[in-house]
Formats: sequence, structure tokens, C-alpha cells
Amino acid sequence: MKPAAFRYVRAESLGEALAALADGGEDAKPIAGGQSLVPALNLRLVRPTLLVDLNHAGLDGVAENGALTVGATSRQATLVGDERVHSLVREALPFVGHFVTRNRGTVGGSIAHADGAAELPLCLVALGGRVVVDGPGGRREIPAEEFFVTHFTTALTTGELVVETVWPLAASGESCAFEELALRAGDFAQSMVAVVLRRDAGGTVVDASVAVGAVSDHPLRLREVERLLVGSSGAEAAADAGSLAAALVDPPGSIHASARYLRALTGSLTTRAIERAA
Amino acid sequence: MSGIELTVNGLVVREAVEPRLLLTDFLRHRLGLTGTHVGCEHGVCGACTVLLDGVSVRGCCVLAIQADGSRVDTVESLAESGPLTALQESFRRHHALQCGFCTPGILMAATDLLSRGRPTRAEIADMLSGHLCRCTGYTQIVDAIEACVEPTRGRGGNT
Repeated sequence: MKPAAFRYVRAESLGEALAALADGGEDAKPIAGGQSLVPALNLRLVRPTLLVDLNHAGLDGVAENGALTVGATSRQATLVGDERVHSLVREALPFVGHFVTRNRGTVGGSIAHADGAAELPLCLVALGGRVVVDGPGGRREIPAEEFFVTHFTTALTTGELVVETVWPLAASGESCAFEELALRAGDFAQSMVAVVLRRDAGGTVVDASVAVGAVSDHPLRLREVERLLVGSSGAEAAADAGSLAAALVDPPGSIHASARYLRALTGSLTTRAIERAA
Repeated sequence: MSGIELTVNGLVVREAVEPRLLLTDFLRHRLGLTGTHVGCEHGVCGACTVLLDGVSVRGCCVLAIQADGSRVDTVESLAESGPLTALQESFRRHHALQCGFCTPGILMAATDLLSRGRPTRAEIADMLSGHLCRCTGYTQIVDAIEACVEPTRGRGGNT
């Protein structure tokens, strides 16, 4: 199918973009890479009256300043092979769509779109990153865990834009792993798990982050699993942590996989990720 | 309608377009460049892949108006009326196409992938996961692309 008609503004700066969005009101939408939005336009799942193109608004670029700040319109492909990018993200990137869609799809777009089965939101939550937004109320920073609300719904208010995301750098004593199962390469995950462990010199886990996606409506930190891991070697608690993760998630199930299967899958992926990060 | 100006296969093109016109439809219906195929029209099949400013993108997920000021290269740019490119010749030699519907998109994505360095067989297969071919079973496509990996170039493609 073809998109319904809309007006189009190419914003040459952040100020122009915010002004155009304010002008367009509730039915205006920003477009960057368009890898989720244009398919939704083509299928007429969404019918915005105005599209504000951010590709020329100067919102791209990656900078390191105690953390990695990634401009909203930086392409996903620019993170591939960048040594400064946290290894959790580098493990997850091959699962983000395909070679060609990563060329066009943006980091900020994936965050703002907030698909419950998207890898970058899960990684940002697992790493304790932040989302920088700007809008009619001014610039503000939102912790990733508070940014994602539910399917395709974030803490963004009308007229606000994601302008950059802030990704913690890898710390010493830290190890991580990302695990995902999808029906085909590049498809949406059935379940996915991100694990980050920090150890003391003796190898005991002193801090853990375990987050799951696709089996919940937004990226979900499993704090009970994290508490189980702290004080262990990691590997010795992997099996119990998997069982606990399986019990904690409550996926709806689909024609592809029953809820029972998805819980078991999440448990297996959690165990596997902890063992690999151990 | 908005006026756009872009360079398609080396030629400057000026057209008036509706904002909702997809780049694929602009190429096929306005310019008659029917080598770019339209399959799923929602970014899954890869048949519409073209180069936008030298980088492979889904033509069905880009608006023509977004390409204003850009360079677009389609499958027609590879061999114009001259000899086949090494990649195209490799596809012929390895019997890497049957019906040919997916071939233009794969050729453009593979042209991009090969321009960046020396992809491994696994990286070629990963790239092809974004391109649906219902005829070949992919083995010959991987063979054809792998045969075009330059043996002497360093990884990263900067040499």
C-alpha cells in the first residue's frame, strides 16, 4: 500500500524541528531513519498530517565524555565496529534488523519508537543509560528505565524529541552478554536477555544488571534475579537465576510460541547469558 | 507538490513530487527505472535496495522528497550498456539467480558490503538475511559474492 497524504518539513536545525512539531500538534510526527515509521505509513497503521524530517537537523554524531553520547539521528551502522561502544551493545547490534536497515535506521529512532522487542532500548535499560529530550518545556534527561512506559509509549510529551542517548562506558571488572531468539535472523525477538556483571578482585559478583525484552511490554530489569547473583561467582547461580527469571516474566504468548514456552525460553537465555558473562 | 533535485545514476533529475511518494515509486514510475523491484513495501524483502549517497537503503522506506539533494544509484548504474561488473559476472557464473526478482536488491547491498572491506562468508550470509530469495536456496548467492572478495585488501576497506 501507499501512505496517506501528509505535509513534509525538512528541519535544518533542532529549533526548526521543535517549532514545526509544535505547529503540527498531536498529529505531527518526526521522521529520521524511517525504518519503522515508513512501513507503518505504507500499511496506513499511522496517518500523521505532518512529517518533520530530522535528517538535516544536525542531531547526529558520537562523542565520548565519561559516557558515550550518541546523537539521535546517528545511524545504527555507525556504532558497528566503534570500539568505544559498550560490548553489550556491540553484541546486540547484529540482531537489530539487517545490514541494509542498520544503514538508515537511527539509534534515537529505535529508542523513541520503543518497540517492546527492540534491542537498543533493552541495552540502554540494562546499562542504566539516559535519554536526553528537548521540547516546549526545555531540555531534560530521563533515566532509560523511566523512559520506556509500554508498547510504543514513552515518557515523551507532545512536541518533545529525543535529541541524544547517553550510554555508559564499559567499567573495569565488568563482563556482559546478550542473548536473543528470533524465528529468522533480523526478525523481532521472541525473547531476549541482557546481562552485565561487575566483580571484585576475588571474582565475586558485587553488582548485576539483568534485563529482559520482547516478553514484556517494555525492557524490564529483573531485580530479584540481580539480587540472587550478587555475592555469587555468577556461574554457580546461573541455573537458579534462569528458573527465577522464567517465573518472573508473564508473556502473553502468540501463534508462534505459547506463554509457557516463552517463559522457559527466557529462563534458558538468562542462564546462558550469565554463564557467558561469568 | 514540492520540487526536488537529485542525481540518479549520474544524471541530474528535477521533478515535483507529493511528500508521500516513495523513492521506489519515483524511480520506477517517474524515471522508468524498473530494475528496482517492489516486493513487500514494508522493509522486509530487500528487493527495492538502492544506494543513497553511496550507502545501501530500502527504497520503499525512504520518501522521494527525503532524497532531495542526494545521489541515488540503482541496479541500472552497475553496467549501463557496457560490460557486467565483476559481481554481476560472478552471479552469472555461479548461477546465483533464477527468477531474478530479488537480484537487483542483492546486487546493490552486496556492492555496498564489498566496498567496505573483505566480508567473511558468515558476514555475507548475515547481510543476505535481509533479502528474501524464494528460488535459489542462497548457497550460490553466497558463493557469487564471496568470489568477489578481493584477496589482498585489508579489512576495513581503507586501503
